[in-house]
Amino acid sequence: MTELSLADVTHGVGLAPLLRVAGLAKNFGERVACRDVSFEIWRGEVLGVVGESGSGKTTLLNCLSTRLQPDAGRIEYRLRDGRVAELFELPEPARRLLMRTDWGFVHQKPRDGLRLGLSAGANIGERLMAIGERHYGDIRSAAVDWLAKVEIEIERVDEAPLTFSGGMQQRLQIARNLVSRPRLVFMDEPTGGLDVSVQARLLDLLRGLCDELGLAAIVVTHDLGVARLLAHRLIVMRGGAIVETGLTDQVLDDPQHPYTQLLVSSMLQ
Amino acid sequence: MSEIASSETGGYNFAYLDEQTKRMIRRAILKAVAIPGYQVPFASREMPLPYGWGTGGIQVTASIIGRDDTLKVIDQGADDTTNAVSIRRFFARTAGVATTEQTSEASIIQTRHRIPEMPLTEDQIIVYQVPIPEPLRWLEPREAETRKMHALAEYGPMYVRLYEDIAQYGRVTTAYDYPVLVNGRYLMRPSPIPKFDNPKMDMNPALQLFGAGREKRIYAVPPHTSVKSLDFADHPFAVEKWDERCAICGADDSFLDEIIVDDRGGRMFVCSDTDYCRGCQSAKAAE
Repeated sequence: MTELSLADVTHGVGLAPLLRVAGLAKNFGERVACRDVSFEIWRGEVLGVVGESGSGKTTLLNCLSTRLQPDAGRIEYRLRDGRVAELFELPEPARRLLMRTDWGFVHQKPRDGLRLGLSAGANIGERLMAIGERHYGDIRSAAVDWLAKVEIEIERVDEAPLTFSGGMQQRLQIARNLVSRPRLVFMDEPTGGLDVSVQARLLDLLRGLCDELGLAAIVVTHDLGVARLLAHRLIVMRGGAIVETGLTDQVLDDPQHPYTQLLVSSMLQ
Repeated sequence: MSEIASSETGGYNFAYLDEQTKRMIRRAILKAVAIPGYQVPFASREMPLPYGWGTGGIQVTASIIGRDDTLKVIDQGADDTTNAVSIRRFFARTAGVATTEQTSEASIIQTRHRIPEMPLTEDQIIVYQVPIPEPLRWLEPREAETRKMHALAEYGPMYVRLYEDIAQYGRVTTAYDYPVLVNGRYLMRPSPIPKFDNPKMDMNPALQLFGAGREKRIYAVPPHTSVKSLDFADHPFAVEKWDERCAICGADDSFLDEIIVDDRGGRMFVCSDTDYCRGCQSAKAAE
């Protein structure tokens, strides 16, 4: 691991990776979900995780976001103050705080990530209130700002997301996650259930937001088109292990591993 | 130390509960006083009245009452409603203690839904009957999760509820059981008292005990402890106000009940605290 020693020597904050995963493994009984997964992600980088369904992508995402306890391996995260912490060695309050402030999690189905009974404004404001914002006017103006950013009419701030279309719900979920200015966002098939034109608009929006906010993101998808549009770098998974990794264009245009070649060749043109 | 049943208590142990049970409840109360606002589980007993009628309050009162105590029981502020009368009579029979309807004379006040208008003193204990002790109940259905939220003081979702109220109605519409933060740490349900009474809990010199019989929880606010009603900086907490005065005593500073007096739309406003109203009337008569 040459990068490791480089980061240690330079000690520069900009040079250390945001998240470093080493030897991560997770089994469900006899079944292997992830094995020996190692990679790094840097500030402002969008990492795509692709592979067929059942290849361990979502399990990997759940382990990284501390929603699942891995069986082996280390996940190191660089906190805002520059300290590097092993996620599962952090005390639970610190981990929960991290999930509410520094991270976002965009679910495939918006109803998993939204509170459907609450208004759109409350959905966006929830994180702010959770981290101690106690000024109604400020919370509301932040909610309105974010609705505008994700291209939802601001008049709908008091309406429940149940009355929104699928694409709007997904955009609301993104706004709800980004309002606390996270540095790392986990996305599980963010464009999953959407039709193609809505997908394109959402991808456009996501790309814009990632650039604007300097956001790092780990995007799990089985759609190579999404990966090509969004990700800077790709990880190809199969049977719980990484089979190939590299720059997105490089992996998609010149796949080395037979499985990647199969994936790319089966992509609809 | 067991109390010998006397003939005046009709064969019951003093104050109905056996001494072991009282001891267990006193332990829970001590812990509750030590951690203001924290809900202490306790082994709630079956009581000779249904849940929802004050089984928690009765158990707390039975555990702290002594032979020299004077008991007052109110229900919605009144001394003469069914719940108040039956609980008062229960302790008169099983403990033989003196009872009163006057706030100033009582050493223990058991209450449902009100705090007396007359300020309490250091020599008094007020016992609240609590139906639902968990303030996060309607926000988070999992009990394990609410406990974790209390442990980590994650009270953001409670503010989400206030936000929704203001967004929908322009003000916080919660009028009773208004959530409070005790001693800057634990979120607490003050039992269904009107929010009019919330400011009385703050820095109150009396010991405040809360008993929830069905939910098997006891919590407490020790004397002189801060009790802050949740609010937003730009929507500060405010209590109800009336344009009317009490139709009987003329008081303008007490919590008023609206009473429909006929079927032609006639109505009157009277003090909900009957003892306070009586006091005002006799003061007026003396003038």
